[in-house]
Amino acid sequence: MLEKTNVKTLDKVVVRFSGDSGDGMQLAGNIFSNVSAGMGNQISTFPDYPAEIRAPQGTLSGVSGFQVHIGRGVHTPGDKADVLVSMNPAALKQNVKFLKQGGVAIVDIDCFKKSDLDKALYKTDDPYKEIGLTSEVVEVPISSMVKNALADSGLDLKSIMRCKNMFALGLICWLFDRPLDNAKHLLQNKFAKKPAIFEANAKVMQAGYDYGHNIHASVSTYRIESDNIKPGHYTDVNGNTATAWGLIMASEKSGLPLFLGSYPITPATDILHELAKRKDLGVKAIQMEDEIAGVCSAIGASFAGNLAVTSTSGPGIALKSEGIGLAVIAELPLVVIDVQRGGPSTGLPTKTEQTDLMQALYGRNGESPVAVVAAASPADCFDMAFEAGRIAIEHMTPVILLTDGFIGNGSTAWRIPEADEYPTIKPNFVNKEMLEKGWKPYMRNEETKVRYWAIPGTEGFAHRLGGLEKDNVTSAISTDPINHEKMVYIRKEKIENIAKDIAPLSILGDESAETLLIGWGGTFGHLYSAVEELNAEGKKVAFAHFRHINPLPANTKDILHKYKNIVVAELNTGQFADYLQAKNPNILIQRINKIQGQPFQVQEIKDKLTKIMEG
Amino acid sequence: MEDKKYSAADYKSDQYVRWCPGCGDHAILAVLHKAMAEVGVAPHNTAVISGIGCSSRLPYYMNTYGFHTIHGRAAAIATGFKVANPNMTVWQISGDGDGLAIGGNHFIHAVRRNIDLNMLLLNNKIYGLTKGQYSPTSDRGFVSKSSPYGTTEDPFIPAELVFGARGNFFARSIDVDLATSQEVMVAAARHRGASVVELLQNCVIFNNGIHNYITDKEFRADRTIHLRHGEKMIFGKENNKGLVQDGFGLKAIEIGKDGYTIDNVLVHDAHCKSNFLHQQLAMMDGYSLPLAVGVIRDVEALVYNEEVEKQVAAVKAKKGFSSLRDMILAGETWEVK
Repeated sequence: MLEKTNVKTLDKVVVRFSGDSGDGMQLAGNIFSNVSAGMGNQISTFPDYPAEIRAPQGTLSGVSGFQVHIGRGVHTPGDKADVLVSMNPAALKQNVKFLKQGGVAIVDIDCFKKSDLDKALYKTDDPYKEIGLTSEVVEVPISSMVKNALADSGLDLKSIMRCKNMFALGLICWLFDRPLDNAKHLLQNKFAKKPAIFEANAKVMQAGYDYGHNIHASVSTYRIESDNIKPGHYTDVNGNTATAWGLIMASEKSGLPLFLGSYPITPATDILHELAKRKDLGVKAIQMEDEIAGVCSAIGASFAGNLAVTSTSGPGIALKSEGIGLAVIAELPLVVIDVQRGGPSTGLPTKTEQTDLMQALYGRNGESPVAVVAAASPADCFDMAFEAGRIAIEHMTPVILLTDGFIGNGSTAWRIPEADEYPTIKPNFVNKEMLEKGWKPYMRNEETKVRYWAIPGTEGFAHRLGGLEKDNVTSAISTDPINHEKMVYIRKEKIENIAKDIAPLSILGDESAETLLIGWGGTFGHLYSAVEELNAEGKKVAFAHFRHINPLPANTKDILHKYKNIVVAELNTGQFADYLQAKNPNILIQRINKIQGQPFQVQEIKDKLTKIMEG
Repeated sequence: MEDKKYSAADYKSDQYVRWCPGCGDHAILAVLHKAMAEVGVAPHNTAVISGIGCSSRLPYYMNTYGFHTIHGRAAAIATGFKVANPNMTVWQISGDGDGLAIGGNHFIHAVRRNIDLNMLLLNNKIYGLTKGQYSPTSDRGFVSKSSPYGTTEDPFIPAELVFGARGNFFARSIDVDLATSQEVMVAAARHRGASVVELLQNCVIFNNGIHNYITDKEFRADRTIHLRHGEKMIFGKENNKGLVQDGFGLKAIEIGKDGYTIDNVLVHDAHCKSNFLHQQLAMMDGYSLPLAVGVIRDVEALVYNEEVEKQVAAVKAKKGFSSLRDMILAGETWEVK
């Protein structure tokens, strides 16, 4: 029968799994993306979960989604889904807006009884019409088929129903021609200690696959193109884990032990989770009593000679501000990670934004410049965490690394680097000869303005640091007005000098265009996809994406002057645009902004940019 | 501990000491230099970490590694320092405002974790550096610039906080009692874990004489009791008074009076795991019962930074990796050729 199946070839495809937050949609999505990555597809995933831990079953507030984008030239989890799996009417209602025109919805029809529709607040008995669903709907009796498949399993009904996600996964694997062997292998690892549960899930997955096979006449199956990707070992990594690993790499390359002082906060907690596990690599990650203690313990660890890090989100940065100022004046290396979320105040904890830029740049008392860097994608979190560690250590300064909920939770296939792909990090340590020349704690490299670092326990170098203004050489308390001004400029120049030590800004897209799209941080994938598509359509656009925010790359001004139209797109009301504008008053900077707690969509960038280009 | 012998002068920096003449901090600083010499850890293996306030200026007067940090955060900074570099001996200095008001959270959690810090709490019951506001240890009704009609709140009793946070070491001394101060500082340094030493200290400008009732030479022997582990709880000018158990509480008696003999007088057990009696001793205020100085509680318990080290070593021994790459490769990966 298989030969009759209509097989379409696609560059890429987006699948969105949706259900109750307890339905295991994330596991199904993860297995699907990992299996696809193993077949040579690029992958990008994003979970969309509710703020509530476990809202009442079947209700709108309990819906959880997981979107997977696989194929060739994949930079984002995709704007809209080609296939939407909805395990109940609430999930369908919440997610129908993410289904492409002409896409396919797969629903568990067993969960579309009157009582189910009521729970999801449907007013009519025609749910599809009511929510404006015009695409093809494949109604699959998932619950009853799972029940039948596991009738003899000896499992109770609750455990049986928890296997529903694997039926959906099996069906999707059939649809996109993914053999089940790898999926089963991943499942086996997941349930290594529960063989009975593994058996049940594997059986249901096979049943879902077979079901697809048997109904093939009604839908097409697809073949997804794979990419020519660099040889090596790959793993699936999300941005938060990549951040943790990048810090470990910075620890390995600097020879400094890694210390994390942190406090749980959405969406940054996974960094703490990962580093807490990494005692197997000697990492000390401790959960402190509050955000302030998180940064303060890190400052203590930095003074003690570790690569010290604190991780948080926007509200935590607010609490850590005074501590960061202490590290500024004490001139100690410190990495502060802000996984940005919607604000102000508690705001939208599980949603993404780029609204902490000004806080990172200026959110401290006094003149207290710090280096600010931003990661562009889940994989780039590794590189920028490493970069933040490198700058902090080599320039004796706090560095704020901005990521966000979107790239922090989003995942991608990532090639595991060899250690020699990253440079050695050289701490600016004191040496014995300096003692003979009359070493003082605030003596510094005259070119870089970086002071020399004496680690406690080193004989001859005992010294005192503190938050009071210091003499620019001896570090004794000084209230001398001239010295204060001098110190303000030393701290400023020290940060500005970092520009000589970072990569120049590069231009992507069509360099010869008149319009330059500018982005920074976690929006890279959407902006780059939009630029690629516009250029393919013959609309010329160049693209510059900033990962170094303070200082900016040295060639920034030159690049800005080359283009007629400069457009900054960001997920806030224009913070980076204002920052660039202030530094380049003679250039008109146009803006594309979105503040909805959601990432950009490629299409909206294309539409808005086209409008600007067409004047 | 180390081969070289150090003297008090080795711990003293060349900085001019800027506290007011007559401030109790001078005596405490001098005693700390001596106590450090007695303990014998080299200056470069010693760190002194403080918050903000008059007493928190102390690190500048030490020839050790030192860090004068931000208001209230000394305990948190010292915690990170000790975990990161457990070979250093760490002293953490705070006043009553720094340690118990703005830094109260860090104080109780450092004590609860039992991290190996020697925590000196200089208690003058006033904010001195901001020129005279009431502190969390000021008595109810205390009149200050920020409480012109008297405070309407009860104070913390530092010992009670320490026991509430399950502390394992608490000692007390008075700034003018140099010998006892040195004794308790040395005991604090030798105790593994969080050691809290409350030092009743006089602010000569804004709260002069606040501890006079206790420190007055004429009455000190009757209003204080020096507790020593294994010794009878005896006090008084004539050494003829003692503490006895009285139901669930304590009672001061005169030996040879009302049928009490020396045999009735309690023997101090600083190492007793239960803190029931320690707490009662620490809560004595000098009025109906004498204020206790000396080491009141000194109990061995698991030490936070040591447990962190042990856990790292155990995990590494069981499934340690030589590099990040090895660790990642041991997980879920695939190869592209």
